[in-house]
Amino acid sequence: MITLLTLLPILGGLLVLVFGSTREMARLIAALFGFTGLILSLLFWYALDPNLPGMQFTQYHVWAPSLGIEYHVGADGLGVLMLVLSALLVVFSLMASWANEKLGRTYFALVLFLEAGLFGTFTALNFVHWFLYWELSLIPAFFLVRIWGGPKRARAANQFFLYTMVGSVALLLAFLALFLATGTFDFLELARQAHSGRLALELANNLPWFRGEAVGPLLFWAAFLGFAVKTPVVPFHTWLPATYAEAPSETTMLLTGAMSKMGVYGFLRILLPIFPQEMQHFMKPLLWLAVATIVLPAFAAWVQKDLKRTFAYSSINHLGYCVLGVCVAAQLTGTAPHLAAERAAALTGVLLQIFSHGLTAATLFWFIALLERRTGGLRGVEDFGGLRRLVPVFCGLMGIAIFASLGLPGLNGFPGEFLIFKGSFPLAAVASSVSVLGLLLTAIFLLTVIQKVFSGPVNPRWEAMPDLTTTERVALFPAIALMFVLGFYPQLITGMVHGTVMQWIAGGGL
Amino acid sequence: MLAWTIYLSFLGALACRLSPTKAMARVLALVTALAGFALSLITLARWTPGELLTVTQVAWIPQLGLSYHLAADGISLTLLLLTGIAAMAGILFSWNIEHRTQEFFAFYLVLIAGVYGVFLSFDLFLLFVFYEIAIIPKYFLIAIWGSKPHDAHGENAGALREYAAMKLALYSFAGSALVLAGMAAVWALAPNHNLSFEALTQASFPAHFQMWVFPLVFLGFAVLAGMWPFHTWAPTGHAAAPTAASMLLAGVVMKLGAYGCLRVAMMLLPGGLAPWGFHVLGFGSWRGVFAVLAVIGIVYGASVALVQRDFKYVIGYSSVSHMGFVLLGLMTLSLIGLDGAVLQMFSHGVIAGLLFAVAGRMVYDRTHTRDLGELSPMRLVEVIPFAALVFVLAGMASIGLPGFSGFIAEFQVLVGAWRSLPELVPVAGVGILVGIAFTWRALTKVFYGDAPDDVPKPALPPITLPEKLGSLLLLAMTLIVGLYPRILMDLIQPALQSPLFNGLRLGGPR
Repeated sequence: MITLLTLLPILGGLLVLVFGSTREMARLIAALFGFTGLILSLLFWYALDPNLPGMQFTQYHVWAPSLGIEYHVGADGLGVLMLVLSALLVVFSLMASWANEKLGRTYFALVLFLEAGLFGTFTALNFVHWFLYWELSLIPAFFLVRIWGGPKRARAANQFFLYTMVGSVALLLAFLALFLATGTFDFLELARQAHSGRLALELANNLPWFRGEAVGPLLFWAAFLGFAVKTPVVPFHTWLPATYAEAPSETTMLLTGAMSKMGVYGFLRILLPIFPQEMQHFMKPLLWLAVATIVLPAFAAWVQKDLKRTFAYSSINHLGYCVLGVCVAAQLTGTAPHLAAERAAALTGVLLQIFSHGLTAATLFWFIALLERRTGGLRGVEDFGGLRRLVPVFCGLMGIAIFASLGLPGLNGFPGEFLIFKGSFPLAAVASSVSVLGLLLTAIFLLTVIQKVFSGPVNPRWEAMPDLTTTERVALFPAIALMFVLGFYPQLITGMVHGTVMQWIAGGGL
Repeated sequence: MLAWTIYLSFLGALACRLSPTKAMARVLALVTALAGFALSLITLARWTPGELLTVTQVAWIPQLGLSYHLAADGISLTLLLLTGIAAMAGILFSWNIEHRTQEFFAFYLVLIAGVYGVFLSFDLFLLFVFYEIAIIPKYFLIAIWGSKPHDAHGENAGALREYAAMKLALYSFAGSALVLAGMAAVWALAPNHNLSFEALTQASFPAHFQMWVFPLVFLGFAVLAGMWPFHTWAPTGHAAAPTAASMLLAGVVMKLGAYGCLRVAMMLLPGGLAPWGFHVLGFGSWRGVFAVLAVIGIVYGASVALVQRDFKYVIGYSSVSHMGFVLLGLMTLSLIGLDGAVLQMFSHGVIAGLLFAVAGRMVYDRTHTRDLGELSPMRLVEVIPFAALVFVLAGMASIGLPGFSGFIAEFQVLVGAWRSLPELVPVAGVGILVGIAFTWRALTKVFYGDAPDDVPKPALPPITLPEKLGSLLLLAMTLIVGLYPRILMDLIQPALQSPLFNGLRLGGPR
């Protein structure tokens, strides 16, 4: 089943390349496969038994046994959540690019290849197989930025590619060492060994460098680097603003909505279960990295002149909450049963935040795409003014998305951040308090955007700007509606991930 | 039957030389190469893992203990398959040679025959004879049909071409001289002066004898494998050679060197790798010395490739870098590392062939420039998109993305290195990153350069059918091995575990 889901977009991409001789045909095929992917992922949601612990829908085939390479796929609540999010955002992104004449056949094919990479990353349970998708998703993303990006696209794309590759190579080397010590690449098996303490033993016995003691931390930091670049965690974030700003906004929707989640997913699926001791041991630095990721980009977002860069920094800030939640959950592992409720809150919050930020950030960049199409690419914070009076529907809907982004109760951003803080305060009161500063700053810079762009004196240059067309309103409706639904009824997500969170808490983090 | 790969190639060479028309010479050459590949394939189909297939064994000069002894184990067969593939692809990519076509293919097939001979020889002297046979045609292929380096104009062009040819020949002969000296020493001590591999592996040479003769032989072969600092023939030779010869040089001839290192130096003189018992400059054994040279080659080759202006030099230096992985794998002295080294020989043969095909045939033969600065404004992706696609895929394979053969090979080398040379792994990791950087730099400069829209695109002849066939053949090979590595691993690993290599594992440190 999962195999089918992963191969479907690849097939779609090839069909787009072969039959998409006109733009209309190409986008039609792409949309067809995008929707099929979404429906299939929703079917997975429907079929998932949220109360069962462990992986569901698993498939297992021997691939290259002497190298520990197996075809092992499966999904739990986390996996299905990521599948639904990716499929949904691909559909949104395709809708956003529907009317953008610059984006042709190859673009749509690459988007579908990217979707396949995302699906694969979120379902593979063997490192090598997972790494294949992790890397292969980067190639379409690179070309999406490189070919259709803004004026500085060459530099941005290369920076994006090389930074991510630095992390990937570190991650790869760490896993090769893990394989050498344990003989397996299987995430679940490695997590089991880590839980029972066998992993540390194997590392000490089989990798006798530095008398075995520092091997675990070394491998942990190498793997951490891979995910820290992808998420990104400050100070490994410097590739992101340029990339998000230069990429076509339709692509940025996917980069921020789905690809950045690959990093958080790595924290949850790999670092937390396989390196629990190291996570606890390095709690303090990790926690402060998370705080830095929350606070510093919020400051940076405040002073940006380019709307895309503002939202790019805001994106880092929001993912910082996820990292904070993961760190907190790590600290509570095993040692403190009475804090189980806090752990559950933090982890559930992280999962909610993953979905919610994906939805909100992608929608914001969707609005930017619509704005750029109306202004011919102009998107400076200072370029506008009084848009509220010129394009009221646009401003109203985008305002909803902005308020969702700053975490207004009743919209989707609130429950996740609330739960993360609920979990983190009992444990790391100081760090959490400092992080709250991030919430405040987010409110400030987002309100500044509203004030400068939507309100204020009307900029006569945009007198003739058309408001959202009916098609655009219809296309945007599901995204906006979902924000309200999740704001009022977060159980939609929490219900799906319940079993997974409970299992993480029970220990082993499988 | 396998012996006919050699005889057929010699016969094919003769037929090509005598053929009345150019078209006929081309077809004859292709049929010959195809037949050779078919013979290897049939052998592969009938192969039982771990077997040592004796092809021919007749006494040759009994007084000197020399015999005409051809045999194949899994390692030989892997490289025979590679030779067949590279030969076919090379012919397809030299379909457009009009200058002295018959002679070109005659020399080409003699070279192929020599290569087949080396891989099939199971007698040291015989191997040496074939090794020398392979050197002669290389000189003529470059000196007569070579292309000029980019900065050569007018009359100088021929001189530089001959310089490259002569440099290559001199380096090869210097290496051969070392091998010859080593061989004479082995012959003097061999029981009954019997130079067949079976006899030599059973003979036990004194430890200090091995310690002195091993580096001679290893170094002699490693020159041809492009080991730093004896690599300088490779970039000049590759750049000056006609496309097909570059493909063969990088694809197969460099493998002769690596094969010699493994089959002769390491298999016959395993004691040479044992620790000396004393330290010189921090090195305690030849193994440490050559491992460090290999890693320097990986990083140095990649770094130099990063700053080249000539497209072919980029790829020439990339070969030095990738062959460093072969040598590093050999020096790990572990089953997985050696397996990775042999796989890397195959993988690099295919991938380098592809890269040279794009650089030499698809781009240079059309644009008549290899200067990255001149190619960049042409935006070749719009003119010859097929070449761009091939280079993207070949580049992905070259930087070792999973799913392609290079990943499986480097992966095993690195696992082996983590076991026995852990301090060198991070350095090799840096080499991988620089490799990614130069590949992507070449890719974006050549195909995705930035040109103002008003610059007219050059009108270039379209990609021909032979080029497409050759590309598909090589791409299919790297993907098949990348996705299903067992196809070769089941050949290589049993061969490495055969009694022939007993000395290596017993004599060498774990």
